[in-house]
Amino acid sequence: MLLETHDLHVRFSTQNGALHAVDGVSLGVGRGESVGLVGESGCGKSTLAKAVLRLLPVAAGRVLFDGQDVGTLSARDLQPLRRRMQIVFQDPFGSLNPRHTVESILTAPLVVHGLGDRQERRRRVEEIVGQVGLSSSALSRYPHEFSGGQRQRIGIARALILKPDLVICDEPVSALDLSIQAQILNLLVGMKRALGLSYLFISHDLSVVRFISDRVLVMYLGRIVESAAGDDLWQAPLHPYTRALMQAVPDPARRRQAPALSGDLPSPENVPPGCRFHPRCPLATEICRRQDPAFRELRPQHAVACHHAEA
Amino acid sequence: MASPLLDVRGLSVRFPTGSPVIDFGFHIEQGETVAVVGESGSGKSLTALAIMGLLPRRAAATGTIAFRGVDLLALPEKERRAIRGRQVAMVFQEPMTSLNPVMTVGRQIGEVLRRHEGLSSAAARARAIELLDLVRVADPHLRVDDYPHRLSGGMRQRVVIAIAVACRPSLLVADEPTTALDVTIQAQILDLLDRLRRDLAMALILITHDLGIVGQWADRVVVMYAGRKAEEASPHELLAHPVHPYTRGLLAASPRLSAGANYRQGPLEEIPGTIASAAGEPGCPFVPRCDLVQPSCRVAPPPLVELGGGRLVACPIAAVPEAVHAS
Ligand SMILES: Nc1ncnc2c1ncn2[C@@H]1O[C@H](COP(=O)(O)OP(=O)(O)O)[C@@H](O)[C@H]1O
Ligand SMILES: Nc1ncnc2c1ncn2[C@@H]1O[C@H](COP(=O)(O)OP(=O)(O)O)[C@@H](O)[C@H]1O
Ligand code: SF4
Ligand SMILES: [Mg+2]
Ligand SMILES: [Mg+2]
Repeated sequence: MLLETHDLHVRFSTQNGALHAVDGVSLGVGRGESVGLVGESGCGKSTLAKAVLRLLPVAAGRVLFDGQDVGTLSARDLQPLRRRMQIVFQDPFGSLNPRHTVESILTAPLVVHGLGDRQERRRRVEEIVGQVGLSSSALSRYPHEFSGGQRQRIGIARALILKPDLVICDEPVSALDLSIQAQILNLLVGMKRALGLSYLFISHDLSVVRFISDRVLVMYLGRIVESAAGDDLWQAPLHPYTRALMQAVPDPARRRQAPALSGDLPSPENVPPGCRFHPRCPLATEICRRQDPAFRELRPQHAVACHHAEA
Repeated sequence: MASPLLDVRGLSVRFPTGSPVIDFGFHIEQGETVAVVGESGSGKSLTALAIMGLLPRRAAATGTIAFRGVDLLALPEKERRAIRGRQVAMVFQEPMTSLNPVMTVGRQIGEVLRRHEGLSSAAARARAIELLDLVRVADPHLRVDDYPHRLSGGMRQRVVIAIAVACRPSLLVADEPTTALDVTIQAQILDLLDRLRRDLAMALILITHDLGIVGQWADRVVVMYAGRKAEEASPHELLAHPVHPYTRGLLAASPRLSAGANYRQGPLEEIPGTIASAAGEPGCPFVPRCDLVQPSCRVAPPPLVELGGGRLVACPIAAVPEAVHAS
């Protein structure tokens, strides 16, 4: 595995005490693999991403990148690993400095990592700009001069200019219109092939995750509740939450059908006892209210945390 | 046949900087759901605001917006205000834009009833609790005293909907009412809007960019592109046999869950370029992104072609059956 987390916990302190945003997540991303992470807002996806990149402190558990325990490395030893792990954010505008030209935005990571001389940097910048489908006239312009889709191309160029191994994509197409979304998804696939990238692809949109992923993790309230190869998950989801998510996607085949799931998303400040999904679960029984279901493999490569799931 | 509940014709909205809505029109019958679908910047919200009489000052609207046969654009502001909120109401994408953060939800719902129906405070509060129950807020007698920030996004949108339907409007304009919400909550809110439409015999204009929503909840769909109508059809017709190159492109670009596209099977279809590239050109706004362009497309905006069964397409090229089949 290129990336592994073992029983990872991330907590925030709030007025009401500790908020368990990531509550024991173990996952792996293989070399060249594209792993989708799907779940509704507040379930901890971005927090997990930031903890993996050490942009947030980890409360417990481990992150291994290429076999090295990221948590035990000194800042100095971490630096080369940072180059190999990059992130693309949802809001390219918020993550691009408005006062810098595209050229200086793209050169900065090379400078930080001490890569190349001026000429070499310029060559790399021109190369990556072409690869993400922008013209080199873009280099002297500022982020606000670009459309949302083009800004996301800049964000992708910035992540890829360091030739990383792993790219965490945190809702990279969620702010984009459908017609632009397809352009960016195709670009990400093309770059994955060209550079042999691995993706941890975060989205709340199941159809986007279905398109981009080899394997999918479903997250609910800080936990992974189901993990399977894409096809297996879409054809035979095991967790009631996964099924509800799939049924909640608007579908012309279900004309005016009532929603599968009632109730609101609970807050991680107030995690229900037993199975954390039980207050909304159509299958919940007594044991679900009492006992936290173990995450177990019910079919080969297909694991689920539910008392009543059957292979 | 009686005239429709709302009949929008030749609507244009102009700013000093340009005209984001141009010669747009559609109608809606009593109790019907019409979806207006299009990507951001196509003029959906401005159309909604024009219907509500809430356009920014700098905007000039021309054309007619006939509600029960009366042209709203010709009415003095005082008379429009009497219709707004009472007969025609609106729900916005972001609930906090229409909620007052320092007023309890009960008072906000009650205020509409006091203003439009002259209810006493006590009666308004009782009605507010009933309305919260109607929009399926749990424990309405407790929630009535909550401030908006205490509620989740989904609950806030329910409160906004309660305010909107408080006076039993005959038309509700919902502008991307679920775009800011998670899918499981979105499904609940769309179901709620549809139930209210039925129970209150209310027509619903559902503005969205999501073709799945259109297919599941609309009776008729109007596709808007760069301020104009590109296509109009029943959702079934539109999704099964899209005609306009833009509609066809959108459907092909969508990684639909049911179709199950995966990158290993090949790339998604793309619509090249962006909607902004159309600005200011004299012809069809889709010219810069279209793969069927003919010289005539660049001369003047294409007329709406009738294809029968209430189907309209603003593309004479695609409306020719040979062209549709050849591509
Ligand atoms: N800096 C922070 N301080 C306190 N709580 C936070 C912070 N960042 C995120 N949270 C909370 O942690 C939970 C998970 O958030 P996040 O990881 O952003 O979810 P997602 O990306 O899945 O929408 C949420 O309840 C959120 O409110
Ligand atoms: N207050 C305004 N002043 C000038 N132009 C505006 C204003 N509001 C909207 N527009 C223009 O109208 C276009 C359509 O806007 P809008 O109706 O909000 O689109 P939609 O709701 O379909 O995303 C925008 O792209 C913008 O260029
Ligand atoms: S363990 Fe029980 S409550 Fe949890 S998902 Fe399974 S059936 Fe539902
Ligand atoms: Mg997030
Ligand atoms: Mg809008």
